[in-house]
Amino acid sequence: MSEQGTNPHPGMNLGYDGGEKAAEVTIFGFWTFLMSDLVTFGLVFAVFGTMTGATAGGPGPEEVTDLRSIAIQTALLLGSSFAFSWASLSMKYHGGRLHMLGFLALAATSALGFLIFELIDLLHLVEIGAVPQRSGYLSALWALVCLHGLHVAGGLLWMGGMTLQILLFGLTDQIKSRVTRMGLYWHFLDIVWVGIFSMVYLAGVA
Amino acid sequence: MRDISDEERAERRQYTLGLILSIVLTAASFGIVILDVLPRGWVIPAIIVLALAQIVVHLRIFLHIDLTRQKREDLQLLLFTLLLLGIMAFGTLWILANLADRM
Amino acid sequence: MFDALFGRLTWDDLKPLELLHSQSINTLVGAGAALAAVIAAIAVVVLLTVTRRWTWLFKEWLTSVDHKKIGIMYIVLGFVMMARGIFEGVAMRTHQATAYQGGVLSAEHWAELFSTHGTIMIFFVAMPFITGFMNYLIPLQIGARDMAFPVLNLISLALTATGAALLMISLVIGKFETGGWTAYPPFTGADFDPGPGPDYWVWAIVISGFGSMFSGLNFAVTIYKMRAPGMKYLRMPVFTWTALCTSILLVFALPPLTIAGLMQALDRYLDFHFFTNDLGGNMMNYANLFWMFGHPEVYILILPAYGIFSELTTTFAAKPLYGYTSLVIATMSIAVVSFCVWLHHFFTMGQSPSINAAFGIATAVIAIPTGVKVYVWMATLWGGRIRFTTPMVYMVGFFILFTIGGFSGIILANPAINWQVHNTQFIVAHFHNVLLPGLIFGIFAGIHIWFPKAFGFRLHETAGKITACLWIVGFCMTFLPLYVVGLLGYPRRSAAYDDPAFIPYMIVTMLGAFVLLSAFVGLIATLWISIRKRDELAVPLGDPWDGRTLEWATPSPPPHWNFAVIPHISSRDAFVREKSEGKPYVLPEEYVDIHMPSNTWAGIVVLVTTTALGFALTWWIWWLAILSFVVLFLWFAADSFREHRGEIIPASTVRTAHQAWIEAVELSEPITRDDEDTPANRGYAKTDIVIAS
Ligand code: HEM
Ligand SMILES: [Cu+2]
Repeated sequence: MSEQGTNPHPGMNLGYDGGEKAAEVTIFGFWTFLMSDLVTFGLVFAVFGTMTGATAGGPGPEEVTDLRSIAIQTALLLGSSFAFSWASLSMKYHGGRLHMLGFLALAATSALGFLIFELIDLLHLVEIGAVPQRSGYLSALWALVCLHGLHVAGGLLWMGGMTLQILLFGLTDQIKSRVTRMGLYWHFLDIVWVGIFSMVYLAGVA
Repeated sequence: MRDISDEERAERRQYTLGLILSIVLTAASFGIVILDVLPRGWVIPAIIVLALAQIVVHLRIFLHIDLTRQKREDLQLLLFTLLLLGIMAFGTLWILANLADRM
Repeated sequence: MFDALFGRLTWDDLKPLELLHSQSINTLVGAGAALAAVIAAIAVVVLLTVTRRWTWLFKEWLTSVDHKKIGIMYIVLGFVMMARGIFEGVAMRTHQATAYQGGVLSAEHWAELFSTHGTIMIFFVAMPFITGFMNYLIPLQIGARDMAFPVLNLISLALTATGAALLMISLVIGKFETGGWTAYPPFTGADFDPGPGPDYWVWAIVISGFGSMFSGLNFAVTIYKMRAPGMKYLRMPVFTWTALCTSILLVFALPPLTIAGLMQALDRYLDFHFFTNDLGGNMMNYANLFWMFGHPEVYILILPAYGIFSELTTTFAAKPLYGYTSLVIATMSIAVVSFCVWLHHFFTMGQSPSINAAFGIATAVIAIPTGVKVYVWMATLWGGRIRFTTPMVYMVGFFILFTIGGFSGIILANPAINWQVHNTQFIVAHFHNVLLPGLIFGIFAGIHIWFPKAFGFRLHETAGKITACLWIVGFCMTFLPLYVVGLLGYPRRSAAYDDPAFIPYMIVTMLGAFVLLSAFVGLIATLWISIRKRDELAVPLGDPWDGRTLEWATPSPPPHWNFAVIPHISSRDAFVREKSEGKPYVLPEEYVDIHMPSNTWAGIVVLVTTTALGFALTWWIWWLAILSFVVLFLWFAADSFREHRGEIIPASTVRTAHQAWIEAVELSEPITRDDEDTPANRGYAKTDIVIAS
């Protein structure tokens, strides 16, 4: 559909010309970083895969999975991703920063909701004794879920910082390039979450 | 309401399509597990296929990875990453499952 | 109170103080080394103060984001650490020569020695060397003014230096782990070794690992996106090609190491069960993760050395590289296949023979592209007009010895044989055989080639040749006998042995280690002599070897901005082309302002905070850990609010410098290759090269 003949990098097509070359290089660099991060996640997945049987008599997938909460988390994170793309459209087609920040705030709130539900889940795990110290399986589960959760939390901090910068400096080229990178990061985390809810939770209880 | 150009409308439609597809795919995998509709051995393969499909949707629509000229480098990098990750993850599972079998 | 302030650190952890309690040879060596490190550090501080060099150090070096300076700093770091690594090697060989039913050192001390030696040599000698070379050369070879991310580049250096600093601290405060450079749990787990040794290892490796990953990312993006106009992929110099493959390996091979390290930390600090013996932990996961990094790592190290040897053969045989394309393909296939072979490091772990066979075959397959390379170099030398300079001496040593090392590798690729020699001195012989004649010789040859580029004068040839011969002889004495004792059944990493048949071999290897030590001194002597004679060795015009690639088309040392105008490339071996058409040194029609990034404190901030972080985590000094992390975070958060304008170098400055250089060239006589080693060589070459395509 959208013919983006002028967009030399992945991620949202921002349609700005200024500093295009510099933006192209930084965004490609960030994309490379994400690929390295992808390998990190993939290998933690693999380690998790090798440890699915290592419950050592402790709680297993049935006990640790609350599908309702997972479904809510999935919806919240997807919603956040979607809101972010709306924010980037706003940035691309309209200059107004408040309009864009509105969507960004929506994305952030949604992600915050995700984190809160995740935290509740984890607290519940602690309650039932499904702590990472209990077994290899739980260690891997906690490591994988928290690695993703920490990435999301980091993303939220980043969003806070960007909001401040947008308010201070407006939508300069520099800022646009940063928002583009943030978008890559944000959508990437949603992709990782698809892996987590499918392979860790759904496949766990199936 | 502000003016919305055709281009923007088209892009909005794209993103909405992505959202709907994601919701459908997610609902399908949850449904398979909760409603228990598939034979036992099919569940996990089905979940994997649905997850992969959803990942492709995300890449294509939210991340704009496609086959156009300029973005080929990013696509190549992604495919190369997936190749290496595939080797490493598959190798890990293969080796450790085998070791577990032989314990 | 004390605990809150200092964690688990106590006075007894200060190693030099051990001398007060005991004066055995063992403590003398350990505490003596700690003392020596402290004295050396103090000496450097005093020297800098007396010569009033602090501002210079900070302004010209530590805050500079110039890729050339960062490259040089990496190499200096590598040399400093190498000094320690070699002394440790000598100490270990001395121990082994006396280790028949005993040995001069305690078993604990011996284990600590091979662990620090291995860790240092791989992560803080070999890695800084190759990263330094890539830093210095990539932008110059592709016609760029800097890296894609200059500040990130400095940060990478800082992270690497942090790892090295933690290792040096472990020499003085507390002790290092004793599980070898691989640090396999559960031996390094909390149950068997509560610390601080394994913690030093974890943080040194994880922190410097991030640095390496960022370096790889930076180099890869630089090569992808910053090439001069017209430099297509198949016009890139071979070294750049190998650097590209190494960078890609760095990006993808570091994650498994980081994960293994962090999981190890989770096990140790938070009582997780990834690699423990109980509750579902599985140390085989560790071996698997570690070598998923470890094998690509050896290619990370060797590929740039291959690149150096390729540049070396074409330059000193004065011929275009024979089979450029096959060399490129070979490099790329090595890079990919190197991700498919990691299991050959644990053939004996117990998986089925078919898995072993699969990985054994994949390993043997790597011999094919490697063989291609050896033939490419031979064919390049064939019929060339070879000059027997110091780099060529290293090349000869490399050619013969590396082939032996490669063959022993193919032997090891066979799982059935591997079962026999696994964990013996045969392995020690094998990996030193590829690391020293391969990687280290490559680096030293490279230093002889590019030192004049970086500093404006050549290294003294005779001194260089003597040193090179010492390295070759020393290597043969130190490591070739190990193949024999390995086959006789002498296990690796063992503190003592019971078979008197090993003794004569081990005495030879001890003498060899001293030859290697003298070779290291030889390097320093070469540098010293060359500095004393720098006027007659000076090559300010920039092209002392009749070079082929763009870096030789600049004065020596190159200006901060590398190229007065960005060159347009129309063929491979760009500089040769220009020379053959008789227009290498021309004045451009116009000069423009050049935009360069300005200095930054980012490197220092990272170095200080991450060193404090690693140290604090190792010693459980939680307040310091939190503080340093917060400072690090806040500094970068604040920095992102500042505008980085960089600095503009006015066109007039560029013009003056460039014109002065061209004039100097025009005023001097080009020299033929016969005069290469005479004071007549000022870096203006009368080309002797058969022209490529
Ligand atoms: C210059 C003279 C050198 C000497 C005398 C020397 C000596 C030794 C000795 C005695 C060992 C222990 C062998 C054993 O486990 O029984 C060792 C291990 C090792 N060396 Fe060297 N070495 C030298 C140079 C290097 C270099 C240049 C590198 C790499 C760039 C290197 C990398 C290693 C590694 C990785 C280990 C394995 C450590 C472990 O077991 O965990 N060495 N070396
Ligand atoms: Cu290997």
